[in-house]
Amino acid sequence: MDELTKIAYNCKKATYLIEKQHIGEITLREKLELKIHLAGCRVCRIFQQQSTAINRMIKNMFHQSVAGNIKLDDKFKDELQHLIDKQLEK
Amino acid sequence: MQTQNSTNLNHDKSTGPRVWVARHADYLYSYALARVNDGELAHDLVQETFLAALERLKKFEGKSTERTWLTAILKNKIIDIYRKKASAFVKKPAVTFAEYETDDFFEPDAHNWKPDHRPAEFGIEQTDHLESKEFELILQRCLKKMPSLWLSVFTMKHLDDEPADTICNHLRISPSNFWVIIHRAKLSLRECLQKNWI
Repeated sequence: MDELTKIAYNCKKATYLIEKQHIGEITLREKLELKIHLAGCRVCRIFQQQSTAINRMIKNMFHQSVAGNIKLDDKFKDELQHLIDKQLEK
Repeated sequence: MQTQNSTNLNHDKSTGPRVWVARHADYLYSYALARVNDGELAHDLVQETFLAALERLKKFEGKSTERTWLTAILKNKIIDIYRKKASAFVKKPAVTFAEYETDDFFEPDAHNWKPDHRPAEFGIEQTDHLESKEFELILQRCLKKMPSLWLSVFTMKHLDDEPADTICNHLRISPSNFWVIIHRAKLSLRECLQKNWI
């Protein structure tokens, strides 16, 4: 296989580069390889779109759960404050 | 009446250990829960955070807010947990990385997609499905299926937006392991979503 054919078939590397590019940096050569691969590979183009969507959704979901109304039960809180008060009196 | 505490924090009744639980416990709990995904562990972490903070009370100089200071203590405890999981993972690289070489997703020679694992459009490409409770549940279930180290890496990345080298330092993993984890995690998560959402 010549170099170009290898790039065209290597979906493993292409998806790896897609992930790396999302959150880090890839080299110029890698960018070119990815571009060539994506031009000919519809499946990896779908992967790229979905991966971007998943990152966005995960981020939103994580932040919602922090901002959300998760509360500790009162019994645990009372015990906790009691524990703290006891430590303070030591 | 409560006796006046000797620490310098209690001059103001709205701060100080006597009101920590009322003011910060829910916040710290949700912070922990989002990052460890385990209610019991999150309870323990909140308690340990307050106790550790009490011991260091004299060192708190009010340079940051009380909440920021408490959160920093909690965050370090969470990183400790992540690191323990990471060291268990890194100790058996033979299994994990051999698995990576002969993986399920790609053909062995050309490294193109195996037919059964090929991504297909399933509706998340353009529309945001987070408003759908069902989709969120599937996403959560798929995340829970991930090995805990992957989830740690994912959480540090997507929740706290930590740079890759910070994550590697915290977890004591190499950059190449980091990228392998990121790649594998996304392949699995994506496939899990496609299987369960269509």
